[in-house]
Formats: sequence, C-alpha cells, structure tokens
Amino acid sequence: MLNLRDLHARVGDREILRGLSLEVPAGEVHAIMGPNGAGKSTLSYVLTGRPGYDVTAGSAELDGVDLLGLEADERAARGLFLSFQYPLEIPGVPALTFIRSALNAQRKARGEPEVSAPEFLKRARSFAAELKMDFDMLKRPLNVGFSGGEKKRMEILQMALLSPRFMILDETDSGLDIDALRIVSEGVNALRAPERSMLVITHYQRLLDYIRPDRVHVLAAGRIVASGGPELALELERDGYDKYARAA
Amino acid sequence: MNLEEAIRLRDPARLPSRRDEDWRWTDLRGLLRAIPEPSRPLEPGDIGPGPFDGLPGDGVSIANGSGPEEIRVAGGEVRTVILRHVSRGDGAHASRLRIEVGPAARLTLLESHEGGGSGLSLLGIDMRLGTGAACERLVLSDLDAEAVAVVELEAELEPGARLGQTVLTSGARRQRFETRVRHPGQGAEVRLDGAYVLRERRHADLTSSVRHEGPDGRTDQLARGMVDDQARAVFQGRITVLEGADGADARMAHNALILSDRAEVDARPELEIFADDVACAHGATVGALDEEVLFYMRQRGLPEREARTLLVTSFLGGVIDRVEAPAAADRLRSWLLAQIGAAS
Ligand SMILES: Nc1ncnc2c1ncn2[C@@H]1O[C@H](COP(=O)(O)OP(=O)(O)OP(=O)(O)O)[C@@H](O)[C@H]1O
Ligand SMILES: [Mg+2]
Repeated sequence: MLNLRDLHARVGDREILRGLSLEVPAGEVHAIMGPNGAGKSTLSYVLTGRPGYDVTAGSAELDGVDLLGLEADERAARGLFLSFQYPLEIPGVPALTFIRSALNAQRKARGEPEVSAPEFLKRARSFAAELKMDFDMLKRPLNVGFSGGEKKRMEILQMALLSPRFMILDETDSGLDIDALRIVSEGVNALRAPERSMLVITHYQRLLDYIRPDRVHVLAAGRIVASGGPELALELERDGYDKYARAA
Repeated sequence: MNLEEAIRLRDPARLPSRRDEDWRWTDLRGLLRAIPEPSRPLEPGDIGPGPFDGLPGDGVSIANGSGPEEIRVAGGEVRTVILRHVSRGDGAHASRLRIEVGPAARLTLLESHEGGGSGLSLLGIDMRLGTGAACERLVLSDLDAEAVAVVELEAELEPGARLGQTVLTSGARRQRFETRVRHPGQGAEVRLDGAYVLRERRHADLTSSVRHEGPDGRTDQLARGMVDDQARAVFQGRITVLEGADGADARMAHNALILSDRAEVDARPELEIFADDVACAHGATVGALDEEVLFYMRQRGLPEREARTLLVTSFLGGVIDRVEAPAAADRLRSWLLAQIGAAS
C-alpha cells in the first residue's frame, strides 16, 4: 500500500528526513514513535504535499502511484488523509459546509457523483453520535474556538466522513481526555478494513492499547532506526529513546 | 477643489488632487489632463437590464446625468426604490439627487452604478431622514475598467432615524464612494458597510465621515475587501463624537485581503472622541490568505482555487450577513460570488 524508499526532505535549508524507508501493507496499522523533533510530523507533511517541504531524494508511492508528483488535493482524492497534530481553524466556514465541499471535490476528482445534502447530513449525524459530539458544533465555523480535544474529535469525524484509504494520525491522542481517547479510538478502529491502512504517530503506549498496531517503528533523526512488533512500544515506554538517539 | 464645478466648468484645475488631504490616495487631477466633453443623452433602449430587475420597487434611472432630481417618501410610507445610475460613452456628467424620507417612513434604496465607459461621472445624493425614519441603502457598483466615478452621499438624520448602508463594488479605473453623515444621536443608528473585490488595475475608495452631534447614538461600520493583481483599495473611515454626544457607541472595522504582491491597500481608520462615556472599538487588518489554512483545506481534497474562493466568500459574506432586505441580499450575495469566482 504505502511504500517509502530512502526519502530525503528538507524544510528551508535544513534536512529533516535523511533516508527514511518504510512499507505499510494494505490492511495494517503501523505506529511511529520517536523523540521530539525527530521528523514525525515532517514525514506526515511530506507525504501529504505541504508546500515548503521539499523532497530531495527517494520515492513515496501509494498503491504504486508516485505521490510526490501530485498536488495536495490530488493526494487527498486518492485516499490520503492526515489528522493534524495541530488542526487549523477556518473562520466563517461552517464545519458541515467545509466537509461536504471537500468530500464532493474528492468525488468529482475521482469521477464519482456528488453526495446529496440530505444523505451527507444523515452520515454526519450518525458519525457525530458515535463520536459523542454535539451536532450543533458542526454548524459552527470549523474548529474556531474549539478546545484542543474537540479539534481532535473533529479530525476523526472528518476522517470518517471522507472515508480515506490511507490515514496518518499525528498525535491524535494529545489533548484528549480519558473518555475521549476511548471514544476516538473506537471511531478509528471502526475504520480498520482489509483495504485500508494507517500510520499512527504517538508518544504513548496508552493509545496503542486501544488501536493495536501490527508493527511499531522508531523514527529518530530523520530515519527509521528500529522496527518491531507491538512489544517494541512497551520497551520504548520502559527504556526511552536513549539507545536509538545514539544509533542515529 | 470641487468635482461638480470641475465637470460643469470643464476645468481640470478644480479636480480633487493629492494635495487635498482626503483625496491623497484617489488623485483625480493627476489622472485627468482634461475634463471630457459633456455626455450625450441616452435613449431608453441604450440602458439594458439592471442588477435589481425583477425585485418589487419603483424604478428610477439617471442616465448619462439626466433623470429625476428628487425622491420623496411621505411620512409613514414604506417604499422600495430601484435607482439605476447608468453611464455610457466617454463623456462627463454630474447629477444631484435629493431624497426626503418623512417621519417614521421606510425606504429601501437599491442603487446600481452601471457602465461608465471611459467617462467621468459624479452622482451626489443629499438625504434627509425624518424623526424615526429608516433607510437601507444597498449599492452595487459594476463599472467598466476605464470609468472614473465618484458617488457622494450627504445624509442628515433626525433623532431616532436609522440609516443602513452597504456598498459593494468591483472598482473602476478610479472610483470613490464618499459618505458623510450628521448623526443627531438620541436613538439614531447608522450602519456603514462595504465590500470590494478588486483586480487588474482597478481602484476603489470607501471614504466616510460620521459626526455624532447628540447623545446616545450608534454607528457600526464593517468594511471588507480583497485586492488582487495590481488593484488598489482605499478605506478612510472617520467617526467623530463631538462634545456633549455622550453615551455614543461607535464601532469600526476594516479588514482587507491582499492576494498579490503588487496589489495595495491604504487604510486610515479614525475615531475622534470629545465626549464622555463613549463605547468605541476599531480594528483594522490587512493580510494574505493563511497558507497553512489553505494547505489544511487542500489536504481535505479541495483544489487550491476552490479553497481560496471558499475562504474569500466567507470573509466577504460577513458584510452581506448584515443586510436587512432579504431578497436584495440574495442578489448582492450572488453578485459577490461571481466577482470572487472571476477574481481568484
Ligand atoms: N518550518 C520549519 N522550519 C525550520 N525547521 C522546521 C520547520 N518545521 C519543522 N522543523 C524542524 O524539523 C524538525 C522535525 O520537526 P517535526 O515537527 O517533524 O518533529 P516531530 O518528530 O513531529 O516532533 P514532536 O514529537 O515534537 O511533534 C524539528 O527540529 C523542527 O524544529
Ligand atoms: Mg510532531
């Protein structure tokens, strides 16, 4: 599904990703852990095509398609979704309006018919209920004045409505209270499917108790320096990154 | 400096210029070497359809400077007037219109500025609102790129009167809307809004001055706009609260989006307060669209152009949200949408 080979990327004149390779097969959930500043968010931006993040070498493919040659919105239309570490506020644009415009733009790009307003509302209501969100929140401008945790829930709601094939969750657990963490994780788990994959970036085992990863990778100094099963996360929680910081 | 005399006497030396403090950003003397010939009269067939066609109201046209000189709304009467100011060709013309709104009467004025050719035009409106009268003036200006046009409103309110104004414009070669209001306070209320969408080399100037002369008056002003290419916007808003006009409430906001390096916005918001117990606020922002927000929207699947349009539309839509007449608001909104779609 996702195939990264020897990725090098810079922001400004700083090289942040330095030869990162990673493979996530269809249907799997992979976790990425690593110290602050290692390049985890940078990786998520490079994959989603954020301007200013320049790939200088290597390749990134989703289902054999070169991602790096596509615009950010074209990547989204191909099913790539990023739940932002710091979701943005969109003044003046109600959440429902925004998500429906985005969904229909994606569908148009894929040559699919638009989703009608009533059908969309029905889905929005049901996902909002699952995520225990007040439906009225969806009528307010997206994320404007929302709390940190509310913004994270809104990210997962958008993810559910857009129904992507490859999901990157960048510290979705940060800012969530104990109940919200469970509710949001259940929402995420509901999206797991044989044809879908996820990359879950987190600092804490807690999230991985809910969203069980197939593989865990350590990202340090711009590269994957170790990979293993779910037990690797437990080891990191116990021993920290010292050993990998030195390895990098 | 007097534009009306400059046109009537064909004397360019009387044109307002950068040496006139209030006109320094909308210099006409530096632009026009000579005053064009007087405009030729228009046949009714030359006028064509207008932007408020189909809405209920009494139609009034001023075509190349000729038309009625007075509109009267009797005390207690409720009326909508559709006023079309149409200019064609390359001539010059100036007109003056008196509008009297009697006590407790309500006037909805749907005013359009159309055509313009490559000529020079002035429309001056003198408005009086009687005690407890209300006027909502909704202006849509869609002029040719080569037109030079000035529209002035001089309004005098009696206590308890309400004036609500919203000006939408796509500018012209050089264009100015100037609004001066004598505000008696004592329950009188003024809304002075505007939105501009300017591209290519267009220019629009929204200048206003409100004088609170009596206690307990309200003025609320919201101007927003976007400039692209090499366009230039000017906002000059002044609210003066004179001595004795205590308890006034004065708010002013001007927010501009600059979408190109070569576009320009000149803003001068001024609140002058000489009274006590005045609530006032003013805010002014000039900036670009937030690139991070744009990326976020594109990550969700919106192509860049659509993302920009959505942001600009919701930004400028805030001005339309304050319009009271619903059917006219729909017309204004669609016009704005078309302008933004073409501009972004
Ligand atoms: N726009 C930028 N300009 C300069 N440096 C940047 C920029 N964005 C990120 N960096 C740097 O790149 C490095 C990696 O940042 P990144 O946000 O990818 O880290 P992270 O692994 O996500 O960290 P955290 O766990 O704290 O979220 C950091 O040293 C950061 O300061
Ligand atoms: Mg990060």
